[in-house]
Amino acid sequence: MDWQPLFLSLKLAAVSTVLLIVLAAPLAYVLTLARFMGKAFLEALINLPMALPPTVLGFYLLVIMGPKGFLGRFWETITGSPLVFTFQGIIVALLIYCLPFAIQPMKAAFEKIDRSMLESAYVLGLSPLATFFRVIIPNSISGLAAAAILVFIHSIGAFGILLMVGGSIPGETKVASIAIYEAVESLAYREAGLMCLILIPISYSFLLLLNLITRRRGVWN
Amino acid sequence: MELKMSVKKRLPSFELDVAFSCSPDKLLVLIGPSGAGKTTIIRMLAGLDKPDEGTITFDGETWLDTKKGIFVPPQKRRLGYVFQDYPLFPHLNVQKNVAFAAHDDTCVERLMKRFDIWHLRNTKVAMISGGERQRSAICQNLARKPRVLLMDEPFSALDAVTRKNLRKEIKQLKGELCIPIIHVTHDISEATQLGDELLPIVQGRIVPRWLLQFRLKELSFRRRTCIEDIWEQNDTYNDDLEVSSL
Repeated sequence: MDWQPLFLSLKLAAVSTVLLIVLAAPLAYVLTLARFMGKAFLEALINLPMALPPTVLGFYLLVIMGPKGFLGRFWETITGSPLVFTFQGIIVALLIYCLPFAIQPMKAAFEKIDRSMLESAYVLGLSPLATFFRVIIPNSISGLAAAAILVFIHSIGAFGILLMVGGSIPGETKVASIAIYEAVESLAYREAGLMCLILIPISYSFLLLLNLITRRRGVWN
Repeated sequence: MELKMSVKKRLPSFELDVAFSCSPDKLLVLIGPSGAGKTTIIRMLAGLDKPDEGTITFDGETWLDTKKGIFVPPQKRRLGYVFQDYPLFPHLNVQKNVAFAAHDDTCVERLMKRFDIWHLRNTKVAMISGGERQRSAICQNLARKPRVLLMDEPFSALDAVTRKNLRKEIKQLKGELCIPIIHVTHDISEATQLGDELLPIVQGRIVPRWLLQFRLKELSFRRRTCIEDIWEQNDTYNDDLEVSSL
């Protein structure tokens, strides 16, 4: 059996999880606490990947990340190489696809934090940024953990969006879900079955972990 | 080191309009019924709420001047604010909570010993009682060496014995701190016991006669209770004694 797609899936899931937690936490914080015009529109836009078929999202990402798209051109100007059909390209696609799965549990955890605790931190001299790191983050660990697990699971399971943006380049974009699909297409059922069998305990153990966290600390926190 | 405030703010059911000052050696009590605007006043002093118009100055330093567009954020006012629900940080133990914004560790230990919470230093705040939480919150604010101390009904959720002990402690502390202390309460006995000055707030205004009316009502209630006791003791009804005439 070719192990490379499986390792690539795990690598992709790990990188996108770390990046999304770092990027989504301040965004969720702003969406929770700040009041600004167009907030409802922005939230709906962030959640749009949950409502769209992955192929639709993948198609538009392919357009904007392609050599003629603004993101593709911008990337090429900076790095000198194209974005689509690369590992970096599928990471960018996954960041957008999984963003709502990171934002929702984080927002739920941030919303649960007592406002007077934040005000107390301000009166004690902490800036909003210091309050974020010293008060909000330590009191939202389970929300962050839930977000990380959800993002990891969705990254492992992503298929349509990765196929659209990354295609199936061995060692670069051919992740486990795509390798399973291709194995089935070429009637290599044994290989497909083995890979599926390996993915089940990985996904199951992460879901179990998520359940344990949410049960211990209430919903998301 | 005098704290001066003169503000107006439109609230949902009335307009808050107050002007007062508090000198460093004084404990000023804002007293009045619930919903009179007392908490809004100290939130404005802390910088957590903004008035529609007015000024707040401390020791010649302007914290707020709506005409000049000056607003000093709560972080820069260096004051202590003991909230009604004393929110401590649940991820820290008692000592780390007290030391959260402290200037030095020796002061943390001294304060914790004084308020009898030193033995709880390694305990998480979720595991301590309401009285201990309140003492921790007071220590947390004092450890920052505040220039002004604000207390919003700090004893309201405590039992009678703990309340009595903390009142004693605050009274003693008042003489040592030498900073303006503003205490919000609706408890008249707490106000008279602790306060050097009482500021009755009713519907967002300073109403000095409210205290007098309150005293009269209290007196009337005591007389009525006394007469009802006599009726009960004699087990007779005396037509000459009309409660409504009291």
